[in-house]
Amino acid sequence: MINPESAQPTSPAPAEDVVVAVRDVHYAVDGRPIFKGVDINVRRGRITAIMGPSGTGKTTLLKLITAQIQADRGQVLVFGQDLAKLGVSETYAVRKRMGMLFQNGALLTDLSVFENVAFPVREHTDLPEPLIRMLVLTKLEAVGLRGAAELMPAELSGGMARRVALARAVVMDPELLIYDEPFVGLDPISLGVILRLIKQMNVALGITSIVVSHDVKELASIADDSYLLSDGRVAAAGSPQELMKSHSEAVRQFMTGGADGPVRFHYPACDYTTQLLSAEDCE
Amino acid sequence: MSNGNHRVFLLEGVRKMGASAIFLMQLLAQIIPAFARPRLIVAQIYNSGARSLIIIMLAGLFVGMVLGLQGYELLRRFGSEEALGSAAAIGLLKELGPVVTALLFAGRAGTALTSEIGLMRATDQLVAMEIMAVDPLRYVAAPRFIGGVVAMPLLAGIFSLIGLFGAQLVGVQFMGVDKGAFWSQMQGAVGNRDITEGIVKSLVFGVACSLIAVNEGYHAEPTAAGVGLATTRTVVASSVLTLLLDYVLTAAFL
Repeated sequence: MINPESAQPTSPAPAEDVVVAVRDVHYAVDGRPIFKGVDINVRRGRITAIMGPSGTGKTTLLKLITAQIQADRGQVLVFGQDLAKLGVSETYAVRKRMGMLFQNGALLTDLSVFENVAFPVREHTDLPEPLIRMLVLTKLEAVGLRGAAELMPAELSGGMARRVALARAVVMDPELLIYDEPFVGLDPISLGVILRLIKQMNVALGITSIVVSHDVKELASIADDSYLLSDGRVAAAGSPQELMKSHSEAVRQFMTGGADGPVRFHYPACDYTTQLLSAEDCE
Repeated sequence: MSNGNHRVFLLEGVRKMGASAIFLMQLLAQIIPAFARPRLIVAQIYNSGARSLIIIMLAGLFVGMVLGLQGYELLRRFGSEEALGSAAAIGLLKELGPVVTALLFAGRAGTALTSEIGLMRATDQLVAMEIMAVDPLRYVAAPRFIGGVVAMPLLAGIFSLIGLFGAQLVGVQFMGVDKGAFWSQMQGAVGNRDITEGIVKSLVFGVACSLIAVNEGYHAEPTAAGVGLATTRTVVASSVLTLLLDYVLTAAFL
């Protein structure tokens, strides 16, 4: 199912050029392996897409990169630092250099849009109020929501909430920006805006970006590098265009959205007809 | 229940107590840093205290009125109705004030704290803070814990005062106990030790109820059912612990 040759990066990156390095990571939950030796390099100033069918551990990978969980085996290096060896304050120091866009926005519900974007600035700097105001309005303007500054998160649509979350994620000018399923549930206009913003942040500010998603078409239009996760390993790596041309059945099935192939659509179960005709559930 | 189940149950109980003790230590370590944001603490005193005022005052009034009625009926049998003031005051200050306030606090403010923090967990708000390098223990848990601890003695004091008014209303206004005797007997019987006991109890209950509420919310399973379960656990655990601690503290003050 996995083609080891296609799982190698197209060109090895120099160490200083790698912002996030995942080295032979193994991780299991309740004895069920999620990763069985994953290797990923995220290069500075590029948009790296992490793709894979649902349940392949894409969000788990982000949790490893943001030090929310630790690998059972292997290393996760962010900005050259091994996350497993960092104390709480050092972990927070690393996190100050990154921003993250959550799938649901994760806005603080008791704060207005303005205060949500201002939150990290107030927590980590002593900037005067006029400067904070200017900074926040600049970021809100970039995501097209300056006029919504006084709204509460409950008054926002899903797409607007995600744009506010994006403004909050970039307000501290992070070196690394992580997007967890940024395209899920967006209307075509919001989708286009988010896609454009991700590209703009990358091009204009030089922010290294990791985008986790299973929306192949959208990712292909913005990603420089891509990794396809399957069965606990990297099934393929390269540019989205290279993945599209892959000879691996698993990669082709995912990239073209085929129902039949090495990746099963159905969860393992007993024979369909037998179960329908039987009075009891089969084992 | 078999021996094996007993052991698992016991181990789980010990594990939970240990986890709560560790959480309390982590929380206490964030108490002083949390005072760097006094606005958050004041907001939480308002949420836990001021928003519980109506229910506390109503309950205090009715408990005091019942106390006045029952106390009068009992004391009348011994011809000592004038002692109603001291009986009501001691009963309210030492027992009913702190205990009933704590039980009401667990049901009103405690559940609100647990569900609020639990929902913050379920909607990734706590994780988002961690990713923004902001410790949610310091920003979310500590101010709510402090707010509860500060609010509880204030609420217990208000409960006792309103309760005394209720007892006086029934005893003096309705039942005809002499007003002077009611207040002078109370003044003579209630000492600093009684007031101290009431304050210490309400402070201890405040720590216990706030810790349980914050802990349950913070560690709630991030699902609708998980938050609901955590809220229920807050009420049950706070109520049982309040009554248990009340016995221990009463024995200690004897």
